[in-house]
Amino acid sequence: MKALARFLTAAFAFVVWANVASAAPDFPPLTGRVVDEAGVLSDGVKRDLTEMLAAHERQTTDQVVVVTLKSLRGLTIEQYGYQLGRAWGIGPKGTNRGALLIISPTTHDVRIEVGYGLEGTLTDAQSKLIIENIILPYFRKGDFDGGVRNGTITILQALGGHPTAKAQQAEPAGDTGQAGDRGNGGFHIPIIVLVIIFWILFGRFLWPLLFLGGGGRSRWGGGGWSGGGWSSGGFSGGGFSGGGFSGGGFSGGGGSFGGGGASGHW
Amino acid sequence: MTSRFANIASRVAALCLVAFGLSACGINTIPSQDEQVKAAWSEVLNQYQRRADLIPNLVATVKGYAKQEETVLKEVTEARAHATQMTIPSDILTNPQKFHEFEQNQAAISGALGRLLAVSEAYPDLKSNQNFLALQAQLEGTENRITVARKDYIDAVQRYNTTLRTIPTRWTAAIFYPDAKPRETFTISPKAQEAPHVQF
Repeated sequence: MKALARFLTAAFAFVVWANVASAAPDFPPLTGRVVDEAGVLSDGVKRDLTEMLAAHERQTTDQVVVVTLKSLRGLTIEQYGYQLGRAWGIGPKGTNRGALLIISPTTHDVRIEVGYGLEGTLTDAQSKLIIENIILPYFRKGDFDGGVRNGTITILQALGGHPTAKAQQAEPAGDTGQAGDRGNGGFHIPIIVLVIIFWILFGRFLWPLLFLGGGGRSRWGGGGWSGGGWSSGGFSGGGFSGGGFSGGGFSGGGGSFGGGGASGHW
Repeated sequence: MTSRFANIASRVAALCLVAFGLSACGINTIPSQDEQVKAAWSEVLNQYQRRADLIPNLVATVKGYAKQEETVLKEVTEARAHATQMTIPSDILTNPQKFHEFEQNQAAISGALGRLLAVSEAYPDLKSNQNFLALQAQLEGTENRITVARKDYIDAVQRYNTTLRTIPTRWTAAIFYPDAKPRETFTISPKAQEAPHVQF
């Protein structure tokens, strides 16, 4: 019996070790929609961007996050980017409509990391053009504020948003009037979208309760439920509410990334 | 009455214990990890297919500007043809030879594509062609997706194989899933891990 116990412990230890061996690199905490770990952005730009990104999520459910990194933890920006997106879970779970704008000033790398759900909307070629034509000209002059702000605005526009309608202008005018119209006309859409999201998030959560109440405690006791779906899966998107409705604590919805997007170097 | 209740209670407890014991032995872990491996593998195939789909367009665009680079263009076309003609058997994940052949074929495409992009550096008109730029960006993105898909596959296989080879799940597999076999995995070369860098 003792030998068996020792054997089991060894097996368990091996599994734990195997998990640790393939452990992910470390990630900065997700402190908001703009994570300025490198400290290269001004407070004004951070505030504007946060507002813009929050408005965009309210309108479209897409989560876009801007992050500047102190270092790439010894990886390439492509290797680090998608893992960061997954670790933070940017984008609603299920639809995976999330994207990251990643800036690494120390290695002079920039990347737009696109979640699975947005790969068709924000294509690799578009991402590349945004980086080369909009962002890098600013970065080459050392203007992170300008590059990040205009880059983010262009990303949101590519995703069908109208960030300039509310926040201050980025490029000279263009289609400001049109953007304003859309902003007002589209007011009802977010509510419907939010109701649907609520249903998806909380519907999942409520259904089991409904059945539990009706069917009574089954013979299987706690065993059947605790291991099952809702404790691990559906509810991890809980943080979404914080992000979507107030400016306060923001967290990812559980979206995933598969390496879509483009990188640039200056 | 109480003894009957105790009897039922003990039966329920025994059932719970069996259920718990089985789940601890990986009766569900093995098939679900197997499914994860399959899903990760189809993502790998998916992304390689995506790359294969980009090649004819890329070759046509480069031909328009750099006809004299015939050997490289031919090499890419042939590598693609060779890889897409390979029939992938359903047991490829447990068939080391076929798996290796698949990997070799895809590596041949990677090599040929790398050379094609390298020679296209010498043609300024080609490099400023919008269609070519878009194709290059798509290709870069696809190579990166391939890298991610391969990494995910390697991780899924590692989990699955560890489950099959460690105790107590090893016993569970032997009793309940005698057909379960460890899966083949990619040999990651550090070079293949890096996405190609293309200067604009």
